[in-house]
Amino acid sequence: MIVFDKLVKQYPGGYTALDGVSLQIAPGELVVLSGHSGAGKSTLLKLIPAIERPTSGTVRIGEQDISRLPRRAVPYLRRNIGMVLQESRLLFDRSVYDNILLPLIINGHPPGDAARRVGAALDLVGLHGREKEFPAGLSGGEQQRAAIARAFVNRPSILIADEPTAHLDPAYAAEIAELFKSFNGAGVTVLVATHDVSLFRHWAPRRIALARGRLMEE
Amino acid sequence: MRNWLYLHSRAFVQALKRLGGQPFGTLLSALVMGVALALPAGGYILLDNIAVLARGVSGTPEISLFLDGKADSARAEAIESRLRAEPDLASFRFVPRDEALKQLESSGLGDVLGGITVNPLPDAFVVTLRGDDPELFETLSARIRGWPGVAHVQLDSAWVKRLSALVGLGRTVVLVLAVLLGLTLVIVTFNTIRLQILTQKNEIEVSRLLGATDRFIRRPFYWFGGLQGVFGGLVALGAVWIGMDVLAEPVAKVAETYGAAVALGGPGWLESLVTVAFAIALGWLGAAISVRRHLAET
Repeated sequence: MIVFDKLVKQYPGGYTALDGVSLQIAPGELVVLSGHSGAGKSTLLKLIPAIERPTSGTVRIGEQDISRLPRRAVPYLRRNIGMVLQESRLLFDRSVYDNILLPLIINGHPPGDAARRVGAALDLVGLHGREKEFPAGLSGGEQQRAAIARAFVNRPSILIADEPTAHLDPAYAAEIAELFKSFNGAGVTVLVATHDVSLFRHWAPRRIALARGRLMEE
Repeated sequence: MRNWLYLHSRAFVQALKRLGGQPFGTLLSALVMGVALALPAGGYILLDNIAVLARGVSGTPEISLFLDGKADSARAEAIESRLRAEPDLASFRFVPRDEALKQLESSGLGDVLGGITVNPLPDAFVVTLRGDDPELFETLSARIRGWPGVAHVQLDSAWVKRLSALVGLGRTVVLVLAVLLGLTLVIVTFNTIRLQILTQKNEIEVSRLLGATDRFIRRPFYWFGGLQGVFGGLVALGAVWIGMDVLAEPVAKVAETYGAAVALGGPGWLESLVTVAFAIALGWLGAAISVRRHLAET
């Protein structure tokens, strides 16, 4: 269970990104966050892996209060959260394989097990056979799929995605949405911030709309 | 433990790749480190050679007693019996003036003495001492100097002592030089790692998002600094070997004119290991300071 309680996030300079948001997300839910630019979607997602800290209020994952998590504990929290950002953030000097392998190395997986997991992740996102290529040789959609494989290879219990289809053609975007649905089908809690809610309409996800840092509708 | 070794081996390979990815920069850094380390390392080895030479040349410490021209055989016998009574002497021998002249002629200075009809050399005693306490030399020399019939007392090891003092001074200079240049190398590595951190900024950010600890992120940079130290240390050793090789012949020629045979030796295994270990420690230290300082900014 992810619990946001009376969350306020103000940035230096006084800009209020979130203004008293309270919300609960059950394990295994597929949640689509919508809203215009500056509505607070990205900030809300960034609070989950402690990329941002709330000005007031709390964020809890299970029994753990993320808003008061010591800095040294943050890496271990993030290992259980897959992240897909608007830009793929792949490392362009490493092969697709090495990019997907990175979270497993960080997590200390034995090489044999890591290789099996990377293979499975490549199959899942349809990049099998492309693992030796470098990200520059992939299309935008393929890069995003590689980023999704990297986010999922650790088999996290939570997957967050911030505008994962923003720069993609509709066909590619639909494929990506399909991937998120399949992860959710495997029991992963998925939170996607997107402008394009229609991509997920077939699966009747829980829809949360934000405007000016406030929860508008569920 | 196995995982720890695996992570270190990966960090090591990553650091090697980063160094290999910029061969010119790596070469320049190794040269800077190597040349800077070669100065104190070479100085130390050279001083070590000089110290060995001084020990070899000085051999057993001796004092030469030159009798005045008026001293007859009775005076010489009196001095001999006084020497016999000295407890600190190991041995002594009388060198008559004629024998001294013969020795001088046989040393190749016969031409110089060619025009001299009267032997100008005095009778002498050459005294060998027990032990090598410098204070004992001085006390004994001062005492002998006051004996009747003794014109001059020469402490044969005086120049060796001066040389030893100079070698000691040289060692201090080398130590100061090593500290200063070591500091410079830490700064060089600090700056190289700073640039590396800037270059790898994206990778660091992504790794953090994926749950990398600071220790995980620092590891390749430590190896990078250490490997730079290895290359720098090896360049330093190479430079010292080349330097000794170049100096060997001129030094041997100079030594030959003093009747000594000198063969300059390069750094031994221990000196080589210490040089490389010192370079690694400097590289690692520079990396550690830089990483701590700059990772917080990324």
